Amino acid sequence: MNNTIQHNPNKVIIAENLTKRFGRFTAVDNISFEVEKGEIFGFLGANGAGKTTAMRMLCGLSIPTGGKGLVAGYDIGSQTELVKKSIGYMSQKFSLYDDLKVWENIELFGGIYGLKDKEIKTKTDDLMKVLNFEEERDKLVGSLPLGFKQKLAFSVSIFHNPKLVFLDEPTGGVDPITRRQFWELIYDATSRGITVFVTTHYMDEAEYCNRVSIMVDGKIEALDSPKNLKSQFNAKSMDEVFQQLARKSTRKAD
Amino acid sequence: MKKNETIVDNSNLVPIQGLGVAIEVKNLYKNYYPIKSGEFAGLGRPAIGDKSNPVPLQGLGVSFEVNRGEIFGIIGPDGAGKTTLFRILTTLILANSGTASVDGFDVVNDYKEIRKRVGYMPGKFSLYQDLTVEENLNFFATVFNTTIEENYELIKDIYQQIEPFKKRRAGKLSGGMKQKLALSCALIHKPSVLFLDEPTTGVDPVSRKEFWGMLKSLREQGITILVSTPYMDEASLCDRIALIQNGQFLKIETPENIVAQYENKLWAVESDNMHKLLIDLRNNEMTKNCFAFGDKHHVSISNEQMTIENLKEYLMKENHTNIQILEIEPTVEDCFMQLSQK
Repeated sequence: MNNTIQHNPNKVIIAENLTKRFGRFTAVDNISFEVEKGEIFGFLGANGAGKTTAMRMLCGLSIPTGGKGLVAGYDIGSQTELVKKSIGYMSQKFSLYDDLKVWENIELFGGIYGLKDKEIKTKTDDLMKVLNFEEERDKLVGSLPLGFKQKLAFSVSIFHNPKLVFLDEPTGGVDPITRRQFWELIYDATSRGITVFVTTHYMDEAEYCNRVSIMVDGKIEALDSPKNLKSQFNAKSMDEVFQQLARKSTRKAD
Repeated sequence: MKKNETIVDNSNLVPIQGLGVAIEVKNLYKNYYPIKSGEFAGLGRPAIGDKSNPVPLQGLGVSFEVNRGEIFGIIGPDGAGKTTLFRILTTLILANSGTASVDGFDVVNDYKEIRKRVGYMPGKFSLYQDLTVEENLNFFATVFNTTIEENYELIKDIYQQIEPFKKRRAGKLSGGMKQKLALSCALIHKPSVLFLDEPTTGVDPVSRKEFWGMLKSLREQGITILVSTPYMDEASLCDRIALIQNGQFLKIETPENIVAQYENKLWAVESDNMHKLLIDLRNNEMTKNCFAFGDKHHVSISNEQMTIENLKEYLMKENHTNIQILEIEPTVEDCFMQLSQK
């Protein structure tokens, strides 16, 4: 019985017929896709389409009820702890501890990911320089403006140099200039070989991805580069592509 | 608190004449003086000093008016002061200084009148999670001394979409359905002014469009709407907008005028290497600023003499291929970025 997927070092995610059922409800319905190393992969879909459920499975937080997947070479059904060690995760809702200082947050997460104290110290110095954050080092994270926090949270999520980072609506509510600076950080990370898996409700940000998938009612309805998707759907923008696809939804729950 | 049957008696406030103005705000200022940090949190220009020793507050507050029947948008990022403004106007918190009136009633002296007349949908879902859809709606109707039947016409279009689930507990609804229920509950007493604090945050583009469609039809029924959003593309759906950042208004105008007042030429540029293009455009001395905008970069040009041909030549020298440059009309987001950098 061929129950395993062949590991391929150039593919950071391989999902085959990935499915999650809750009782009679199929939240994620038989999705298959691959994400290449170093890619920025946009994971779009309407509210309730199944994005969060799919992402939780890929992070090793929820076991699939059907199909299989490899993330960073590890099986998401049986090697969840190894999956978690190989990835970074950041969301708008939770990122850092407000009542710890900037450097304390970095030390905490560095420690959790098993970095040595000396390594944490030098990397912290570097990070403060890159982000132009030296004055904020001793400030409580809760006192920083949202945009600062999000940039810091992203940097912390890739502090341990994961193969892959999951970003769940990282720029929601952030001002337009900081939102763009955030994307420049994403580009820098990919130039260092980190793969980025990102969800967003800003359709201009979908254009910054190498490839984009759009989920409708638990299924992946489209997957290609923004350019190809626009020509395939005869649309001027990714917003138009999204509108055309998401309107097909029959999932009345949303 | 003094009971007040007639309109505003606050001597600082010019009494409202006629029916033109639904919300009037004068020099409104609020500072939370956060203990944790020196960062300003609140509304108005950050003041020097602390809670025990505040500097004089004159000239620090924000002022604006919303006309009756208008959709007025407060557009700005998280932490800009949008929720603070909403909470003062819905009489939930008190400002440090300045005055405000809603529907002709003062937010301090006449707070009870205001609460009868306004509908408020807070940014955080705050209906009763363990009551059903129908029970929530019934509850809000009863609190306001009315019934679902009495004002059904007003909420019909919105409520019908969730009516098949009326026996479901509110906590079990999806995001889009919660939003529709919250709007129905905010409308059930037929308010004259509706306050919507970030109703579309975290909502996907399709549901966002639907939601704005609902607001348009509510406006046609004469309801004044004050709505806040971090999504700049929603600004064009408002009659007038206030752009807000760090507690201050950058500008209050119609979306058309905001765009018309953009100060420079704006070009959309693309080439085969978009990442390098951004850097090269920023290095060009004619460039005032340059930002990625979807599949193009928007460049605002500081020199009026500069032509598209000039820029094309420069980019060809930098080895770009398939260069395309178009003069474009700015979006509200372009305007926000220009104004916020001043």
